Order: sequence, then C-alpha cells, then structure tokens
Amino acid sequence: MADARNRPLSPHLQVYRPQITSVLSITHRATGIVLSLGSVFLVLWLLAAAAGPRSFEIAQDCAGSWLGYAFLFCFSVALFYHLLNGIRHLFWDTGHGFELATATRTGWAVVIGAVMLTAVAWILGLRIVGGL
Amino acid sequence: MSSKQQRRLGPSRTGTTHFWHQRLTAIALIPLTLFFVGLLPNLAGATHREFVTLMHFPVTPILLVLLVGVGLWHMKLGLQTIIEDYVHGEGCKLALQITMTFGTVLLGVAGVIALVMLAAMPPA
Repeated sequence: MADARNRPLSPHLQVYRPQITSVLSITHRATGIVLSLGSVFLVLWLLAAAAGPRSFEIAQDCAGSWLGYAFLFCFSVALFYHLLNGIRHLFWDTGHGFELATATRTGWAVVIGAVMLTAVAWILGLRIVGGL
Repeated sequence: MSSKQQRRLGPSRTGTTHFWHQRLTAIALIPLTLFFVGLLPNLAGATHREFVTLMHFPVTPILLVLLVGVGLWHMKLGLQTIIEDYVHGEGCKLALQITMTFGTVLLGVAGVIALVMLAAMPPA
C-alpha cells in the first residue's frame, strides 16, 4: 500500500514549455471554472426572478451595469471556447485528429471560431436589445 | 485481484461511468447551449412581466430546466476531475469534493424550483 501514496498525478505544468496544444488544454479547464462561476450567477438571477418583480429589477440592474456586461462578456468567451473545444474533444473520442499537425490546426480553429462566435453573438445580441 | 476488478470496473468500481456521463452531458449541452445563447438577448433588459410571459411558452422552462440540470451535472464531473488532479493532500481533496458536490446539488435544486415557480406565475 506504500506506493498508493506515490501514484502518478497530472503532469507538473511548470516543467513544460507551453505549446498550443497544452495551452488550449488548460484553457478548457479554466473556461470550465469560469462557466461554473457563471452558473452560480445564473441560478441567483433565476431566484431573483422567482422572488418577484422588485428583486428581479435589482438583478437586471446588476446584470446591465458596466461590471455585469464585463462579466457577461467573459462568460460568453468562455462559453464559446468551451463549446467548440468540447466538440474537438468529442471528435478525439472517435479516435481521430491526434496527429500533431491536425491537433494544432483544430486548436487554432477553436480559438478563431470562439472569437468570431463571440463577436457575432454580441453584435446580433446588442442589435436585438437596441444598443447598436 | 478482486472479482470486481476482473469485471472491468477497476479500483474505483465505477469503470468508465464518469467518462461516459461527461460525454453524454457534453453532447446534450451543444443544442441546449445554442438555445440559451439565442434566448439571452431576449432576457437582457427584460422586465419581470416580459420574462414571465417568455416562461409561459412551455419550451422555455423545459429547456431551461434541462440546461440547469445537465449543465450542473457536467460541471460536477469537470470540477471533480480538476480537484482530483490539482488538490494534493487527501483531507483537503475530500473536503473540497464534498463541498463541491453539496454546492452543485443546492444550485440544481434552487435553479429548478425557481424555474418551476416562474412557469407557474400568473400572467401579470
């Protein structure tokens, strides 16, 4: 049982030179944490709405503030990145796409796709809201 | 080797359940996320009355309950892996896993009850 304590854990990140594949991998986890935080705010927002018009108005004021929009922007970037990179992961689960060149290419596609989806979502979204 | 390990369940006795549930929830979250993103501009700046009206289309509360339920399940599986990988020290790891699991269940119950209340609200 002595070696049960010394089982290998995840690689120690600091000894590796950052590469596009490893950076995107850790970003997937980081964006997952951002989305977890976002889910807390989403439930709080739903509770405020369920409690009635007055508390919902406060929640909407918070969400519509400068800070609220900044968080919503971070949330949307994390959401689109995690969505696209998650699809990349599902593609890997089929056993394809592990060649270094392919992994690099799909990685950049995820980054560019996330930036583009964020831009499109905000432009369309603000147009619907009437801010643009 | 115990008979459980020989039945491919491994030392955790759960086999590939974690992996499989993470993938199942991931697949379900693709359309649910797209629905949520499409819904967001309608919710931004909405009044309480507008939100309640939106919740009277059955598709809205149904998909939002699914988003909260499946999303939090997916979150729990992901956070569990992050804690397993990066938190060393068995006591700290166990405490965090328990707190995280309880917190996730609390969020899920609160979210679903809030959505049910909203869907049941009389039109203003």
